Amino acid sequence: MNVGAWQVLSLMLRREMCLYFRRPDQLLQPLVFFLIVTALFPLGLSPQLSLLRDMAPAVLWVAALLSALLSLEGLFKGDAEDGTLEQLALCGQPLGLIVAAKTLSHWLVSGAALVIMSPLVAVALGIPREAFPAMLLSLGLGTLTLSWLGAIGAGLTVGLRRGSVLLSLIVLPLAMPLLIFGAGATDRAISGASAAGPLYFLAALCVLTSTLAPFAATAALRITLE
Amino acid sequence: MWNWFYKLASPPYVYRLAAVLAPWLLGGAALCIGYGLVDGLVFAPPDYQQGDAFRIIYVHAPSAWLSLSAYTLMAVAGGIGLIWRIKIGHAVAAAAAPIGASFTVLALLTGSLWGRPMWGTYWAWDPRLTSELILLFLYVGVMSLRSAFEDPGRGDRAAALLAIVGVINVPIIHYSVQWWNSLHQGATVAKFARPSMPGSMLWPLLSMLLGFMLFFGGVLCLRLRGEVLNRERQSSWVREVVRAS
Repeated sequence: MNVGAWQVLSLMLRREMCLYFRRPDQLLQPLVFFLIVTALFPLGLSPQLSLLRDMAPAVLWVAALLSALLSLEGLFKGDAEDGTLEQLALCGQPLGLIVAAKTLSHWLVSGAALVIMSPLVAVALGIPREAFPAMLLSLGLGTLTLSWLGAIGAGLTVGLRRGSVLLSLIVLPLAMPLLIFGAGATDRAISGASAAGPLYFLAALCVLTSTLAPFAATAALRITLE
Repeated sequence: MWNWFYKLASPPYVYRLAAVLAPWLLGGAALCIGYGLVDGLVFAPPDYQQGDAFRIIYVHAPSAWLSLSAYTLMAVAGGIGLIWRIKIGHAVAAAAAPIGASFTVLALLTGSLWGRPMWGTYWAWDPRLTSELILLFLYVGVMSLRSAFEDPGRGDRAAALLAIVGVINVPIIHYSVQWWNSLHQGATVAKFARPSMPGSMLWPLLSMLLGFMLFFGGVLCLRLRGEVLNRERQSSWVREVVRAS
């Protein structure tokens, strides 16, 4: 069957989104987890807004990393368990495209949803309105990069029984630059400085992972599937 | 030349070669480290700023340097195993990982011991210490991924892929950490900058570096022998080796 690359991508995206929306609890849980983690910090630290504002970028970013990791485990798991993943690998379409579609849909339901929800948390943590554009942009770029990195990790750990801890152990060290630049951009925007520098770095990392990670994730899947 | 190259992919040949190489490498390491320790700890003049405390550099710098090169070696060996399906590449990677991780721990420990008299604290979030710590996490990730698979071949390939991804990421992590810290503060780190070394301090350091490299090679040979024996335990030549011993 002759199917173009875009068609494969859009078909897969539609399938993935359909699957996600059939099970809304799966969609909401990481977001609620994000809210809970950000709520833990004021409770543990102090409700003083001035103190919270200093912590806010770190809190936002750590919570974002953790909640993205939570949903990453299921990226290939369901399809691997019922054999769909093997069929997809054998169907003759490039596996890289399929992996890319799955990763993008993961980002849409975890990263993009988190970006949309982040102003809510930002207000609660006392981040000023002027810092919102930089914060939203950094979260968007950072979560997309994280989804790509996570796809590699999820591909490597998909067949393992206790894969979730290992997945965090693998992905988190690789994601440290994201935390540094993402929290850095938000931090600078809060203090009124230009956040362009870290944002450029984030964009560069995003382009780098978007181009290389599909291949690495595909190679990882081929190793674990064979 | 090519013939020798092909032989390197054969486990029994590597097993015997490692046995020949190990004593030479370890002997050379003993000489170099012995000279470096005596000259560095006893005869080199104390630093005009740091006094005698600077002498920990003779252990710290070589182990930090080796922690990075062992990681690179692990990734290259894993890549050779992954791309050309040469089993000995995976054996080298598996043998190198724990040694590299130990050097990383050693660099972290000596670094924090050095930090105590210099910075007044065991742990400063110095960019170099931080990226060394992340390197340790990467080592742990690669090692635990390898052992997580029940099928050793699959674990080998997965660990090799992760090591390669890590190698691309190590410079990014290193520079981002450096950039992150320069954003926040510099005062404690500035003490670290010192004038370039005079020869009386430098020669023992170079000798220690060479000695650590030889030591790494020697231990790698020993570990590789064990690794090869374990991996080839079903084959007839291993049975002969065991019977002969």
